[in-house]
Amino acid sequence: MKALRNYLNRIKPHFEEGGKLQAFRSVFDGMETFLFTPSTVAAPSGAQIHDAVDSKRIMITVVAALLPCLIFGMYNTGYQNWLAAGATEFPTFELLLYGFLAVLPRIAVTYAVGLGIEFVVAQWRREEIQEGFLVTGILIPMICPVETPLWMLAVATAFAVIFAKEVFGGTGYNVFNVALVARAFLFFSYPAQMSGDRVFVASEPILGIGHSVNYADGISGATPLGQIATHTGGALRLQSVVGDDLSWWDAFVGLIPGSFGETSTLCVCIGAAILLVTGIASWRIIVSVVAGALLTGWIANTFQTSTYPASFLSPADQLLYGGLAFAAVFMATDPVTAARTNAGKWIFGFIVGAMAVVIRTYNNGYPEGAMLAVLLGNALAPLIDYCVVQTNIRRRQKRAALSLKGGDR
Amino acid sequence: MAEKVSLKSVLFNPLSRNNPVVVQVLGICSVLAVTAKLEPAIVMGVSVVTVLAFANVIISLLRNTIPVNIRIIVQLVVVAGLVVIVDQLLKAYAYDASKQLSVFIGLIITNCILMGRLEAFAMSNKPWPAFLDGVGNGLGYTIILVIVGFVRELFGSGTLLGYAVFPKWMYDAGYVNNGLMILPPMALIVVACIIWAQRTKDKDLCEE
Repeated sequence: MKALRNYLNRIKPHFEEGGKLQAFRSVFDGMETFLFTPSTVAAPSGAQIHDAVDSKRIMITVVAALLPCLIFGMYNTGYQNWLAAGATEFPTFELLLYGFLAVLPRIAVTYAVGLGIEFVVAQWRREEIQEGFLVTGILIPMICPVETPLWMLAVATAFAVIFAKEVFGGTGYNVFNVALVARAFLFFSYPAQMSGDRVFVASEPILGIGHSVNYADGISGATPLGQIATHTGGALRLQSVVGDDLSWWDAFVGLIPGSFGETSTLCVCIGAAILLVTGIASWRIIVSVVAGALLTGWIANTFQTSTYPASFLSPADQLLYGGLAFAAVFMATDPVTAARTNAGKWIFGFIVGAMAVVIRTYNNGYPEGAMLAVLLGNALAPLIDYCVVQTNIRRRQKRAALSLKGGDR
Repeated sequence: MAEKVSLKSVLFNPLSRNNPVVVQVLGICSVLAVTAKLEPAIVMGVSVVTVLAFANVIISLLRNTIPVNIRIIVQLVVVAGLVVIVDQLLKAYAYDASKQLSVFIGLIITNCILMGRLEAFAMSNKPWPAFLDGVGNGLGYTIILVIVGFVRELFGSGTLLGYAVFPKWMYDAGYVNNGLMILPPMALIVVACIIWAQRTKDKDLCEE
């Protein structure tokens, strides 16, 4: 530790104003504050109110909360590949290793592109590097199909970081959730690579591990929501990759085709517990998203019609399938883009949950509505906060006017 | 126009420093609507240059006889007449482009740039400067249309003026055209990028 500190002290002058490597100042700064507590956080005397939780620690906690979903995503990627290839034995370690190898290049690409842009912008604006991309970089691969080409991920990440974050002023100033903007960009730009029955199951062996999937054998990698959206008449029957019936338990555990990290509602619940215990996510938002989804799901289910097959899903199923649970816990609770007032959080969450089910059910063109619902909620969040604050002001003015009148008497 | 403006600046200022689209932010609607492909963007640009130049000249000739109270109506009638002529010409000689542009040629009447130039310039200037002003502003509009149309057709459809640009091996290697480029939001983002680039170059255009 001491040697590292000495080494950093020795090379530090090169990165300061006028030094040889001045251009890489923010890179050095970022590495130094990552390794050691910064020496200039606050003066040691005087009144200082500072929480132990800074944004770096928040980000790390969110990443930790995402780990169950990530690891299960790896397992499920392997599991779906083995299943689609007709395997009968599922060796846990190999499944995990296959999923790990499948997701590793994706995480590497999003981090390289996203952090690269952050470094350049920090340098350009002469600011420190912000840590905001830490979570975004891991979220993007988790909410995309496992077969998304790497260059598409790179383009979408660059688009989202530049146009959803940097032009608004960087971390903490973005209006929309950056990871969801990346996903929306992919969804509208390359619809063929983001939906359908061939993209959600890894179909090629990686480094000699895994199997080659032959889609001609009556194998369909469509997600449950994808199957519902293309459903035409007859009884609704959700199937696994090889055509077996799917139970609600499969969906809860997450052994279904879907985007990489969002299939398992169980793992999302574990992540939610971590976020709530550490106080990072707002329980109001999570509860109200779930409430909005359940209520709207119940209404849709009550008036079920074969025109909109997703209305056959029970309210609970709405939460089990697709990315709604993941969006409720990890997307809607993003403190930057959600509503900030407590009353606003209830309204915001309810709109997100309700819209997700409405889009999913009443627009067969969009099998999954959670992404669009959260983005819509993001756009409305400032308005919701404004209304809440104005209502408070008016109520207090009325109260003040009343007590003044009382004083006159 | 109190100050004396040189004819040269009347013609060339609207191309960059006083561009109707990226500086005055007028006529944005048609930039969104007609730029998914390059060809309709060019045809639209040429149409606007023609209508704007001649409307400016006509209004400038009439400027001392138009009663102030009904000047907007007179301007609209002149523009509408010219638009109908352009529309008929396009239908006769460029039917396909006319089909693609559909109602947007007719909607030139409502283009804010036209009313803006007629009110701000033609009503108070002689015909020749008014003609140059019309051509300049029309070209300023066309430049932006062509840039946006170029970017959107290139990345959205992989073609330019209908000719394939990217070789087949790129598609075989996994390249896919960007569907978002065809959708209107991308036109706004491309216009925003042009504004961004221009303000980076000319710092004094930045608003506080």
